[in-house]
Amino acid sequence: MPVAIAIVVLVIGSIAFHWLSPWWQTPLAADWGSIDSALRITIAICAVVFVLLNLFLAYSLWRFRHRPGRRARFEPENAALEKGLTFWTAVGIAAMLAPGLVAWGRFVTIPKDAAVVEAVGQQWQWSFRFPGADRALGTAAVQYMTPENPLGLNPNDPFGRDDIIVEASELHLPVGEPVKMVLRSKDVLHDFYVPEFRAKMDLVPGMVTYFWMKPTRAGKYDILCAELCGSGHYVMRGSVIVESRKAFDAWLSGQQAFGQTITGAAPEVNAAAPAHVEGGPATGHGEQH
Amino acid sequence: MATTIADDLRPMHHPKTWAGKYVWSQDHKVIAIQYSLTAIAVGLVALVLSVLMRLQLGFPGAYSGITPENYLQYVSMHGMIMVVYLLTALLLGGFGNYLIPLMVGARDMVFPFVNMLSYWIYLLSVVVLLSGFFVPGGPTGAGWTLYPPQAISEGTPGHQWGIVTMLVSLAIFVVAFTMGGLNYVTTVLQARTRGMTLMRMPLSVWGIFIASIMGLLAFPALFVAAVMMLLDHLAGTSFFMPAMQSMGQTSQTMGGSPILFQHLFWFFGHPEVYIVALPAFGIVSDLISVHARKNIFGYRMMVWAIVIIGGLSFVVWAHHMYVSGMNPYFGYFFATSTLIIAIPTAIKVYNWLLTLWRGDIHLRVPMLFALGFIFTFIHGGLSGLFLGNVSVDVPLSDTFFVVGHFHMVMGVSPILVIFGAIYHWYPKITGRMWNDALGKIHFWITFLGVYVIYLPMHYIGILGVPRRYYALGETGFIPQSVHTANEMISIAAFVVFAGQAVFFYNMIHSYFWGPKAEPNPWGAASLEWQTPETPPGHGNWGAHLPIVYRWAYDYSVPGAARDFIPQTEPPS
Repeated sequence: MPVAIAIVVLVIGSIAFHWLSPWWQTPLAADWGSIDSALRITIAICAVVFVLLNLFLAYSLWRFRHRPGRRARFEPENAALEKGLTFWTAVGIAAMLAPGLVAWGRFVTIPKDAAVVEAVGQQWQWSFRFPGADRALGTAAVQYMTPENPLGLNPNDPFGRDDIIVEASELHLPVGEPVKMVLRSKDVLHDFYVPEFRAKMDLVPGMVTYFWMKPTRAGKYDILCAELCGSGHYVMRGSVIVESRKAFDAWLSGQQAFGQTITGAAPEVNAAAPAHVEGGPATGHGEQH
Repeated sequence: MATTIADDLRPMHHPKTWAGKYVWSQDHKVIAIQYSLTAIAVGLVALVLSVLMRLQLGFPGAYSGITPENYLQYVSMHGMIMVVYLLTALLLGGFGNYLIPLMVGARDMVFPFVNMLSYWIYLLSVVVLLSGFFVPGGPTGAGWTLYPPQAISEGTPGHQWGIVTMLVSLAIFVVAFTMGGLNYVTTVLQARTRGMTLMRMPLSVWGIFIASIMGLLAFPALFVAAVMMLLDHLAGTSFFMPAMQSMGQTSQTMGGSPILFQHLFWFFGHPEVYIVALPAFGIVSDLISVHARKNIFGYRMMVWAIVIIGGLSFVVWAHHMYVSGMNPYFGYFFATSTLIIAIPTAIKVYNWLLTLWRGDIHLRVPMLFALGFIFTFIHGGLSGLFLGNVSVDVPLSDTFFVVGHFHMVMGVSPILVIFGAIYHWYPKITGRMWNDALGKIHFWITFLGVYVIYLPMHYIGILGVPRRYYALGETGFIPQSVHTANEMISIAAFVVFAGQAVFFYNMIHSYFWGPKAEPNPWGAASLEWQTPETPPGHGNWGAHLPIVYRWAYDYSVPGAARDFIPQTEPPS
């Protein structure tokens, strides 16, 4: 009966591995406890099913193993049993799906007071952009990209003039304040991934993607790229520092605004309004104001 | 009712030359062997690539010959070979070809010449695929998903030539599959022998039949995606290419959608998972039933589950794209449809277990592999619920959890079934019997080894370790223990790799020197074991086609003399 024993040992071993292995989620640093609890509910239900089905398998193998004279029972169907199993499976599925969809409802609902921060990916580095005092990001497009204007901001868009450009791969965020991360790629797909934040999203060239979160714990965390982006994928790193409002403001005031890095007078707001829709589908509309 | 027996109205043209019999053969059994041997050969390439990947992951820096570009090329070629050129080709081209005519009582496929072309075009696709290793820049390193823009832009290995050989090879493969798939579907619908109703067919045929229909509907999406990307790459179109900067240079492209490719790819890619799974489900049902000497429990439910899974699998594709940047509201629909598909899948698992219940279980080598499949499939199926449940997927996507999940559910599980099926039908195919002790050694190394490989990956993934990384380097949240685990996983992978030598030795040695096999060594009721010759000759059935009187699962029928009644036995 080695195979029945092996299955029991694998089941016990899996449970032991679950409790004894040093690997579990990183300590949560954003307001996504709902995702973590949906995961815990899923793992609990799945663990029960895993144990029950495999122990039933092992027991059947032992109990009904071939012995001389043994004959199987002829039983083509059992409608009541099959219906019952279908029903209880559906109940278990619903119990997992419901918390998952509730958490998703939160994921797709951006809080009104969320600040906007843009992350821009390129092979193989990160840069960032904060809106200035107008709380709106200016438009951007590939055709504006130059060595002096690496993020491709529209120089004629007054909303972009006060945008703060962070070319270093270090992002600072204030703790306890919701932020809508607006994502843009210059070249290929990337993915803004901070394990401690749980939420992640692809950067797609030609369009602007987003997700939101609320950092809840001060600290320094790694930013990784989680969508294959070429041979340097594994070294596309950055870091995010979550800190107090005061420390954040001090850091932000040390960064340069877009208007300071380019020459030419700032255009009037009214005159530049049409520029907001130019550029076609490739335009990175960071945020409407 | 498909009781017309067209073959009997015209003479069989037996091949007269050696080449006609074994090379340019139109016999479904020879074509099945050709398909299988080619698939296994190219699968060995993928196996070697996985060993190279594990060398890098387990011992980063120790093998300077493996560059980041090489690593991504191994990842990409391994994935595509395993999914398309090994699993699909072996389960449908190999087992589909061999089993369908024999199990439904036909003399051959209905279009034997097209069937032969299917194999040769498949072989061409394999040659074109492998030519990628020899073009300048090597094969593509874009991942098996081949996402643009990176698949055809600077910074990705093989973006010049490797991607061309890959896309051309895929397009050729789709042509080959279409020729085979039309044959399988038509043969099942039109060439069943007298008395073989659809609801008397073995589940192997049901699984292959539905998978073939799905392939005919899903592969065209891959075909157009491949052609469109070739045009983007070679003709300057912008189907998938937006305005972008590549390595500081502004591209000439504009307005294309990278996400459109992902939709096309996964509209093929998700049904593809079930194109591989359904034949495996069907075959394993038959293995369990035969070796437990019991009818498959809930046959009608099993058939409907296959059909429903096949249908639903076309409306779940975007669960691969929850964090792709598509409209996030799609998440509601695709999470719900994905978790609903778990219900018919769970029913199949229950029915396998209930087939064992009160059975008379013979633990022969094919049965061991079938039981190993039940364990790995339960594991892989359950971990799929994490990834299908949209918000739970967000932290886990693109981590090692995904790698662990899909290897358990569509790597290991179907491969265990394939091994079980090879051991099961080997006596009929070759007329020889394999060595039992070697078969058991092969099972234990493979079954225990793969669990040691893939279980830890789930936990490393929950920690957050990303996949497709050449090296993890110094990363704050990744402790030293993960590096140790990677070493252990690699060592287990090498053991499993080496263990496959036992299988090949057993198969090759037994082919020449194994003891002669009985015509029906397992006491199976289905039609393929009732052929007049073993191995079956050209035309399968001698002078007269068999007549079927019952379903394929009359095992341990009360009052019967033996514990099985062949489908050809008239009611007493």
